[in-house]
Amino acid sequence: MRASAGPDVAAGDVLLSVGGVSLSFGGVTALADVSFDIRKGEIRAIIGPNGAGKTSMLNVINGFYRPQHGRITFRGQTRATMRPYDAAHGGIARTFQNVALFRGMTALDNIMAGRTLKMHRGFLWQIIRVGPAQSEEVAHRLKVEEIIDFLEIPHIRRIPVGRLPYGLQKRVELGRALAMEPDLLLLDEPMAGMNLEEKEDMSRYIVDVNDHFGTTIALIEHDMGVVMDLSDRVVVLEYGRKIADGTPNEVKSDQKVIDAYLGVKH
Amino acid sequence: MLGPIFETLIGGLLTGVLYSLVALGFVLIFKASGVFNFAQGAMVLFAALSLARLSEVMPFLAALALTVLIMIALAYAIEFLVLRHLVNQEGIILFMATLGVAYFLDGFGQTIWGSDIYKIDLGLPKNPVFILESVFAGGLLIDPSELIAAVICAVLVAVLAVFFQFTRVGRALRAVADDHQAAQSVGIPLDHIWLMVWAVAGIVALVAGMMWGAKLGVQFSLALVALKALPVLILGGFTSIPGAIVGGLIIGAGEKLAEVLLGPVLIRWFDLAGGGIENWFAYMLALMFLLFRPQGLFGEKIIERV
Repeated sequence: MRASAGPDVAAGDVLLSVGGVSLSFGGVTALADVSFDIRKGEIRAIIGPNGAGKTSMLNVINGFYRPQHGRITFRGQTRATMRPYDAAHGGIARTFQNVALFRGMTALDNIMAGRTLKMHRGFLWQIIRVGPAQSEEVAHRLKVEEIIDFLEIPHIRRIPVGRLPYGLQKRVELGRALAMEPDLLLLDEPMAGMNLEEKEDMSRYIVDVNDHFGTTIALIEHDMGVVMDLSDRVVVLEYGRKIADGTPNEVKSDQKVIDAYLGVKH
Repeated sequence: MLGPIFETLIGGLLTGVLYSLVALGFVLIFKASGVFNFAQGAMVLFAALSLARLSEVMPFLAALALTVLIMIALAYAIEFLVLRHLVNQEGIILFMATLGVAYFLDGFGQTIWGSDIYKIDLGLPKNPVFILESVFAGGLLIDPSELIAAVICAVLVAVLAVFFQFTRVGRALRAVADDHQAAQSVGIPLDHIWLMVWAVAGIVALVAGMMWGAKLGVQFSLALVALKALPVLILGGFTSIPGAIVGGLIIGAGEKLAEVLLGPVLIRWFDLAGGGIENWFAYMLALMFLLFRPQGLFGEKIIERV
């Protein structure tokens, strides 16, 4: 567990909470009555065996899925479903399990795309590229360059992302999410398919984002070592149900969690 | 000898410009949404019909303005009634949806406007003129209205190319084309982007329909011109605006030259009838490209990690 962990985060400062969320596709239940909250400034891990509903949970939070029951409260506003645009507008950014980048575009353009909602000048100004629109573009570009430096990827700026190795693609995707300057960052298996060195780099970026920018992070991860090191609190899902919720140490010694991971005869 | 060949070449290039215009509509929508819009040909016909019939009852410019509004309304209807409900679906499903839109529009246009042959009169000079009389004996015969069509097309293309390549909206369009979900996750409003790109494609269809209509008369066969746009797309690449232009020119010039040059060879050496080359040449060329350069002349190289 991290040194700056949970207890000093006041229980009242809830940034987002989901209450009684149920989601099913046809007859298949993806989530069943799941409730938990994410506190401002924490790193919250969502773990569970394959098919536990972790990605579905993220998709509900940023509006790709509409749950049949339950509600989502974000910054004190409660609603039954989010629309992806509203989620992005409200400050929720995310990455995807199987890297979803704009493959034909350069790393720089991908990260610039993250600035979409921060740009205000109308597109007519944009076309003629003068005055306010021009200086706005420059300001955004500076911000993006900061992110590029932070993620240590200046050398790949001009390369179409489809040509980059997987680890770097993941980093560009994180960069695009950071360019949104989100309040809540959702990371879907940020370290999947990475080697040890890449995992260590990615862990460092996640901790830095959390420490320096105060960004609240919710992440899905399979590597238990990473989860225990990074997160302040962990929620455990199994077959779409929440089976545990607490600090990494609490969760680690929970019998239901041990059973879920090791398998047990019922 | 050289004179007639040049004449054929120029005639072919000018026809090619019109192919390019139709192909451009396909490229726009494919770039922005990854949808192969089978309805582009039907949109060309619908726009031309609207323009032809409206200009019978009002001044041409008023009819043109009204047709632009009709095409924007049509784009809105397609987005609102069809596409919005199919977000994040497979490409083949979106393709089938445009197939439905195409046949609906073909019929609906005739329901509203009638199914005779109508005229569009652009007031352009119709009489062919001779140029370059000093270079070739007798000069070259060209149709000035086709030349004007080429200029209009060139301007349209330049504007669109700049729009896509250098503006923020263009970047958003390319983002949507690459990955719907990722685009949504950074807050690009999918519905606005689609509405805009279908509206632009509708206006491009109007320009194409206007030019073809003025040349051939407005009739149902106009929708079939769209089928010529397919080989153009395969040559130029589905995502490239310059590709649509160059592809159109190559197909236009190629099929006319093939008719004139290849025809006599087939007749004399192989004792064939020799006609109809214009009908299959474009598709043959497209087939060759599919075999040897499937991404087209300008298409983005297909990179697939396995």
